[in-house]
Amino acid sequence: MASQSDNSVAFSAAELEFLAEDEMVEIVPNMRMEPLNLISGDFGPFRPQIAAQVPLWLAVALKKRGKCTIRPPEWMSVEKLTQVLEAERDSEKFQLLPFHYVEISRLLFDHAREDIPDIYMVRSLIEDIKDVRFHKIGTGLEIISKEVTYALRLKNLSAMEANIVRPFVTKALQTFHKLNTTEAIPESGSIPNRQRQAVNQRDKRVLKGR
Amino acid sequence: MDSGDASGYSAGVDDDYESLLSTTDAELLKRAWRNEKAAPEILQYETALVQRSREQIQLMEETVEEFSKNGVDPLTLSLYQMDLDRTLFLLRSYLRTRLQKIENYAFHIQKNTDLWNRLSKQEQKFAERCIDDTEQHLDQSVLSKLPHGFKSHLKQSSLSLADDMVPEPQLDQYVICRSKKFLGSFQLDDSGEEPVNIEANDLYALPYKSIKPLVESGQIDLV
Repeated sequence: MASQSDNSVAFSAAELEFLAEDEMVEIVPNMRMEPLNLISGDFGPFRPQIAAQVPLWLAVALKKRGKCTIRPPEWMSVEKLTQVLEAERDSEKFQLLPFHYVEISRLLFDHAREDIPDIYMVRSLIEDIKDVRFHKIGTGLEIISKEVTYALRLKNLSAMEANIVRPFVTKALQTFHKLNTTEAIPESGSIPNRQRQAVNQRDKRVLKGR
Repeated sequence: MDSGDASGYSAGVDDDYESLLSTTDAELLKRAWRNEKAAPEILQYETALVQRSREQIQLMEETVEEFSKNGVDPLTLSLYQMDLDRTLFLLRSYLRTRLQKIENYAFHIQKNTDLWNRLSKQEQKFAERCIDDTEQHLDQSVLSKLPHGFKSHLKQSSLSLADDMVPEPQLDQYVICRSKKFLGSFQLDDSGEEPVNIEANDLYALPYKSIKPLVESGQIDLV
């Protein structure tokens, strides 16, 4: 049995997609429908040609039945994505993208391809961005072994990316942590060690990390 | 580490209150589910939230039934049904995650009153049965055949000082977490570590035990 508490496998891809489906998108309905008072919120009323904000799962459900068109989010335009890709290549930092950008774009490609202008371009841009970012993650992780790292800041990492590096990162950090603390104990013994912790809690220093 | 550490970060209580008012139960349930899934140990059972979610689900089930009787158009009906299914999934997955943790750590949870009190009444009943069954199983299949002094299901031998055969969650495990707002510099509890500046909406990989109070007070979410 895969242990549930082992958080190296905290979320499955399907669960991440489930979470992403709650992100809001804009749709343009082609039918009339009264407001929906759902557990997850109130949406609508829906009038033909009048844009409405709905969660992605609702948009996809309507789209599947041919009841609306989905307006792709602003960041999914060729122009925006080209900028992101360039910046992603030029800089060591991760560019700001929606937390669920992988899942959202995937869902839209699957269910609303005709609503996305230049879909081939958009798709390949997103693929490229994903590749560049994954490569960066790979090289970025080398940092863990080079210097003592207690905490890792994963700035602008998306849900899917964080989930993929989770098993490796959490195990690696934990192992380094363990090795470090077992080294420290024989020197000072456990009780003085604890007193020192209490003092150190007041310290304010700046994270090196990434 | 003592939970007093979190008290330094009480700034922005008004924000909390505001966001609490505007946060729906659906959001809260999602958060509880995420935290429960990502945390190594069992968290406090969200009694009120689960109760409210149950009521909402029931209400929605009645609405859906009514709709189907009154001939509301099938599209609307199916959308309500989908929303209902999503909430049901969250609630079930939340409860199941907890049951799984209880199964894994039943003995450990039972030993510790604080942990034991985190369970709901039904969960406590489940844990008790789990413990009874495991005990009985271990006893019948192995322990009763072992020499005297090795018969405990909690200890390797009667010489062991602690209960060293009880699986415990690893609290020094790293988790990935995110705060909705700036928490300032945060000292991890072990000696010689540099404090971490926790910025709003950034992901961090941190040891679970050092951010535990922040998870419990809802200042930080596990991702």
